[in-house]
Amino acid sequence: MAKTRSIRWSLPTLLLAASANAAAMPLNMTKGVTEISQEVYSLHMLIFWICCVIGAVVFGIMFVSILLHRKSRGVQPAQFHESTKIEILWTAIPVVILIGMAIPASKTLIAMDDTSAADVTVQITGSQWKWHYKYLGSDLEYFSVLATPREQISNRFAKGENYLLEVDRPLVIPTGQKIRFLMTSDDVIHSWWVPAFAIKKDANPGFINEAWTRVDEPGIYRGQCAELCGKDHAYMPVVVIAKSPEDYAAWKLAEETRIAEAKAAERELLAMNMDMTELMANGERTYIAYCAACHQPNGAGLPGIFPSLAGSELILTDKTAHIDIVLNGKSGTAMQAFGRQLTLKELASVLTYTRNAWGNDTGDAVQAADVYKVQQGEGE
Amino acid sequence: MAQNKPLIGKLLLVTLAMFGFGFALVPLYDVFCDLTGINGKTAAVAATGDNAIVDTSREITIEFLARPNKDMPWVFKPEVHSMKVHPGEIHIMNYLAENPTGRMIVGQAVPSVSPGQAALYFNKIECFCFSQQQLAGGKNMLMPLQFYVDPALPAQFNTITLNYTLYDVTQAWAAQQPQQDNIGE
Amino acid sequence: MSVVITEPNDHEHEHHEHDHHDHKPKGITRWLYTTNHKDIGTMYLVFALIMFFIGGAMAMVIRLELFQPGMQFVEPHFFNQMTTVHGLIMVFGAVMPAFTGLANWMIPMMIGAPDMALPRMNNWSFWILPFAFLILLLSLFMPGGGPSFGWTFYAPLSTTYSGDSTALFVFSVHIMGISSIMGAINVIVTIWNMRAPGMTWMKMPLFVWTWFITAFLLIMVMPVLAGVVTMVLTDKYFGTSFFDAAGGGDPVLFQHIFWFFGHPEVYIMILPAFGIVSAIIPTFARKRLFGYASMVYATASIAILSFLVWAHHMFTTGMPVFATLFFMYATMLIAVPTGVKVFNWVATMWRGAMTFEVPMMFALAFIVLFTIGGFSGLMLAITPADFQYHDTYFVVAHFHYVLVTGAIFSIVAAVYYWLPKWTGNMYDETLGQWHFWCSLISVNMLFFPMHFVGLAGMPRRIPDYALQFADFNAFISIGGFLFGLSQLIFVWVLIKCARGGVKATDQVWEGAEGLEWEVPSPAPYHTFETPPVIK
Repeated sequence: MAKTRSIRWSLPTLLLAASANAAAMPLNMTKGVTEISQEVYSLHMLIFWICCVIGAVVFGIMFVSILLHRKSRGVQPAQFHESTKIEILWTAIPVVILIGMAIPASKTLIAMDDTSAADVTVQITGSQWKWHYKYLGSDLEYFSVLATPREQISNRFAKGENYLLEVDRPLVIPTGQKIRFLMTSDDVIHSWWVPAFAIKKDANPGFINEAWTRVDEPGIYRGQCAELCGKDHAYMPVVVIAKSPEDYAAWKLAEETRIAEAKAAERELLAMNMDMTELMANGERTYIAYCAACHQPNGAGLPGIFPSLAGSELILTDKTAHIDIVLNGKSGTAMQAFGRQLTLKELASVLTYTRNAWGNDTGDAVQAADVYKVQQGEGE
Repeated sequence: MAQNKPLIGKLLLVTLAMFGFGFALVPLYDVFCDLTGINGKTAAVAATGDNAIVDTSREITIEFLARPNKDMPWVFKPEVHSMKVHPGEIHIMNYLAENPTGRMIVGQAVPSVSPGQAALYFNKIECFCFSQQQLAGGKNMLMPLQFYVDPALPAQFNTITLNYTLYDVTQAWAAQQPQQDNIGE
Repeated sequence: MSVVITEPNDHEHEHHEHDHHDHKPKGITRWLYTTNHKDIGTMYLVFALIMFFIGGAMAMVIRLELFQPGMQFVEPHFFNQMTTVHGLIMVFGAVMPAFTGLANWMIPMMIGAPDMALPRMNNWSFWILPFAFLILLLSLFMPGGGPSFGWTFYAPLSTTYSGDSTALFVFSVHIMGISSIMGAINVIVTIWNMRAPGMTWMKMPLFVWTWFITAFLLIMVMPVLAGVVTMVLTDKYFGTSFFDAAGGGDPVLFQHIFWFFGHPEVYIMILPAFGIVSAIIPTFARKRLFGYASMVYATASIAILSFLVWAHHMFTTGMPVFATLFFMYATMLIAVPTGVKVFNWVATMWRGAMTFEVPMMFALAFIVLFTIGGFSGLMLAITPADFQYHDTYFVVAHFHYVLVTGAIFSIVAAVYYWLPKWTGNMYDETLGQWHFWCSLISVNMLFFPMHFVGLAGMPRRIPDYALQFADFNAFISIGGFLFGLSQLIFVWVLIKCARGGVKATDQVWEGAEGLEWEVPSPAPYHTFETPPVIK
């Protein structure tokens, strides 16, 4: 055992000497911040130590044999090659050990399957490559997208502390309450994983899965999508902030007010005409955030998977169809209905941008009112 | 060698049988799901609800989720987010569907119940999810669901979440119109 | 087995020499049309080696990109193609053909048969293989690239959301499957019908036994793989909805069918390895294998259990508790027969008279490192903990311990062990030891730290990662490059040995027992045309 420990500690020291600036990596599974996650941790350690002991015994005997029973020491090989008694013994002992492991494992598993009533239920929907959170019984819902700038990924800027583990709008939950998560997906299978809660549950398209947690410590907990979901699988982190029930209630109220105000502002926008420079500037920002992952920053797409927007026939010849596909998506492809994700202003801007960037010189300025018209089924 | 032939024949038979078994897993899986509630699949056929006895001593919360899939432009909502029911009582829940686009779209709702085992006790007498629904551009409609919870629902369940994911199946519908009724299978 | 009499020995010897000169065709047609089990075995082994280096080159691309956080060398989409094709090539192109090659070479010689039972089918099952991999590799150059959904090709990522190369992927998997099934049928028929007089079931060498059981696994699960890729094909191109919820299907069904194939597949890649180690350890310990019968039963029970544990790959998909418990218990049970095997090997060594030539070194490393892979496998079976391990580098570490230091180490051990029999020359022992020690150190630099990275929370199949994982990944990548370079020593040893060296005796190893050591070294083109009699 001491040997195992020394290996575990010497490796990182060796590595840390090589580069001092990076954050230290924990060497073991996180204990987490929930009762369940701590049970999982103890279970992990229990099995780990049992394996270490078995390993030490088996490898120990083997190495003793290698040391002693070598031809160079002039030994004569023994003749024994069978013993039913011993075979039964080393079949039975592992069975007993396994039963010893299975009992606590079953207990934890059954504890995880608690279907009692929850205080807060959040519906989690994965899609390529972002999470969407919806608080049941409330109008509060939003997308949560990677916040790390592309320049950091492409090594043009220095990487921040939470590189790839930061999002624009984290999930917020109250402490001390039972939170239920309902996972589903809009396209491929994703998996919502927060190590600190010991929750990893697949989000399957068309079906819902359930998990729950009760967090006592306020804090920021980070995780990632764990199931390969296509090109940007590495870029859909999960961030959960646990706040005290009072802070949570205040946050929720503020968010709900903000959403209501934004909706009202949308109406005003319909009467307004934005100028081309503003549309293009806004549009580029929106495009990079929501579209560039597939269609690429230069609009060229990826041949055979994501179509090119630069010189696209649909964009150049049919403005209504262009607005429609951005609003409503295209069935059976990865193109999502952005009408539900973006504001009218963002939609108008990104439409204008894609109609005028990379040599798509249509000269059209798409206004919020144009988008609204198509949204209401009044396209020409 | 002659004695090889029967053996090769048998082995080829095993191979073919296992190829068939791969496909047989598809219906077998459905049977298994019906028995165990994997994935919260609900029965795709109507229950009658005639002989259910109402158990007024228990109250179950039913949560209704409705979600158009990302490429489905319909607005799709339940009338209320949740209701409390007694096991055995028959209830009707209406879902509002609205097609804001300028074209006809065919939708198919796929139900999923959580917790999975509770799906076995959630019975639908009538459901819009049993068949595809057509909605012309700019129109809306109410889609009814008539259901009851089996009084045999084990005691540990007190909340049942029913999720509908609504898919745009216009293309598939157009391709195979004669068989559209079977799609709920 | 105790006493082996090859009769009439001298006469047969001359006969072989005669054959050797008369019937072996020359040039390329020898290899194209050959029905000789030794030629076909050689071709399988060479093919597997080439694939090992192609798949290895892809692993080098992966490790290069992961050397530092951020995107440096390849795009995420290409990275996914690399992980996918690396997996497919190593499983279907390197490990499985290598075992089939060893089976072709050794099984007839071990059971005293003149050749495989179905020599022409044997030729076919090899020659369709290069085309399968040509298709797979060429698909990488299509617009949109090759398959990028992982070797497990989970739907709907591989159906609705995959690129145009999916049809080629499906076609190529079909060909690999047909090749494996033909190979497996050949092995079963050979063992069933062509054992020499007196070679009873319980006298067969364990390599023959493990391959016999593996072949049954192959004909039972490769057709299921063929079925599931067919469903992917029809879902993508012909409008079926096996795995599409919108049409009444279920994406989780895909995983059930895939892993019904996939778990026995794992044992297909390790059971022959057990056979190899069970041949090598007694030879170099100069002591009979301990518990021969229990080894046979353990192998059979592992094979049977492998059909009952598939859903342990799917604990996070949301199964009911009782199903989860069942699969957890069944998976834990596999540790019992596997443990019996390890204990038997250690007992074989105990009070033997060991020497430590290269095959023995690789076999010893196999026992230790495969057992470490077994331990992490046991940890993964514990469902609540699996929720933390699943789809992290802990899993990557686990299956690379089982497949690289398990399956591949056993194959390398087998090659060193039988190389003198194949070529008639001893390999260069010093170079071989260099190969072993370089491989051993670098493979552990490569895979051992992955356990920690996984526990710390790094998901698998990502081209870019959070900063805390940076140091470990750099270290792992260095281990990876060293392991790749170490394999060049292996090629050097092989070429050197094929060209010449110290002549090998017929028995080659002092403690070697079995029919393959009764024939001359190098093994003549035709062996055992008159069946030997085993008492």
